[in-house]
Amino acid sequence: MKSVEIAKGIYDVGVNDWNIMDFHGHSTHRGSSYNAFLIVDEKIALIDAVKKEFADELIENISRIIDPSKIDMVISNHTEMDHSGGLARVMHRIGENKPLYCSKMGQKNLSLHYPQNWNYHPVENGETLSLGKHTLSFMETRMLHWPDSMFTYLKEEKILFSSDAFGQHYAGFEKFDDMMTDDIMPHAKKYFANILLPYAPLILKLLDQVAAMGLDIRMICPDHGIIWRKDPGKIIDAYARWGRQDTLRKAVVVYDTMWHSTERMADAIAAGLNAEGVAVAPMSLKKHDRSDIMMEVLDARAVVVGSPTMNNGLFPTLGDFLTYMKGLKPKNKIGAAFGSYGWSGESVKLISQELEAMKFELVDSGVRVQYVPDQAALDACFALGQKIGRAI
Amino acid sequence: MDKYVCTVCGYVYDPALGDPDSGIKPGTKFEDIPDDWQCPVCGASKSDFEKE
Repeated sequence: MKSVEIAKGIYDVGVNDWNIMDFHGHSTHRGSSYNAFLIVDEKIALIDAVKKEFADELIENISRIIDPSKIDMVISNHTEMDHSGGLARVMHRIGENKPLYCSKMGQKNLSLHYPQNWNYHPVENGETLSLGKHTLSFMETRMLHWPDSMFTYLKEEKILFSSDAFGQHYAGFEKFDDMMTDDIMPHAKKYFANILLPYAPLILKLLDQVAAMGLDIRMICPDHGIIWRKDPGKIIDAYARWGRQDTLRKAVVVYDTMWHSTERMADAIAAGLNAEGVAVAPMSLKKHDRSDIMMEVLDARAVVVGSPTMNNGLFPTLGDFLTYMKGLKPKNKIGAAFGSYGWSGESVKLISQELEAMKFELVDSGVRVQYVPDQAALDACFALGQKIGRAI
Repeated sequence: MDKYVCTVCGYVYDPALGDPDSGIKPGTKFEDIPDDWQCPVCGASKSDFEKE
């Protein structure tokens, strides 16, 4: 991808990863991008360094603007390898002794990834750095979403380089929000639901802090996807909403099935929810990826979980999903369990225990059906759906 | 009572507030928290905390 001048003398020199469809277990149906930014001033700074496989492309992008050896310093906002994997190549090309600015935790974490003894300059929260006409200031954003995460703010242009925050896994030639419709929002929402949700309370704190600082933000440059320049407030407002975990009159029915019995139960529960005016879709774990389901869970008030009993336990995909959801710490949820079984039927109890451990409010003790649901069983499922619907 | 800070994520344990979500009542001294307690923000161990 050719670099894009995002403001005078400031370029996105990042790359598109068109074909990545699975980002460490998170489905990325539209690929992703690893953005990196070059600021050409009296001193030249590079912010972040893409994934290792794309390091040559990054260097090529920089070479079209300046000789890479002229770069005076690198700023690493985040240690994760999709933003630091190219560092070894970059430092080698520009000079191993050039200063590398990062947070204190960034220095610690980078040195746990890379053996090179780089010229680290750990920065304090609020520290500033002049490039000549431009001044950078650094803001520690620990656990958004790694201990090393930080933001870099360019005062004169009012640009926030926000690392992974406000990002979206989206590869495209469109580089700005004004080149796209609202179609970009589900990508941003999915990113939040799968990466930032466990740290939602910290997001709210950060947004308050940014508001209190009176930080004027004209453009937000995340490390993935498009840049927010038409209306940065839109993504900030969305982060406030998602951070508060506001819910809609909405439910997710997530399940797997062996012989379609739990599936028929899921459909009946969804119909019952719908009868109460709740937006709902049953989602089979055979067809839907865990990260797509989490995007729907983010603003759903109810999560209804179904599993057949297999060998006295949960169906394995449910173990996967429940483990994943638990780690993401969703709040403000109600729920219930359901499932078919042959002879023992532990699944409903096991799911209920898991949901309680996640601090879900259980609306009902759940519905269990032996072998195949008859009409009475399906009616009980429909009634469960209605009961949950009324509790929303 | 002293406050303790998580060296990984910066979370501050305030004994006055405790950590009720993990069953640590307000008024619990850091020293009296069980050793298997974890940082409520990042999950780091109790041994990763330092006096503020």
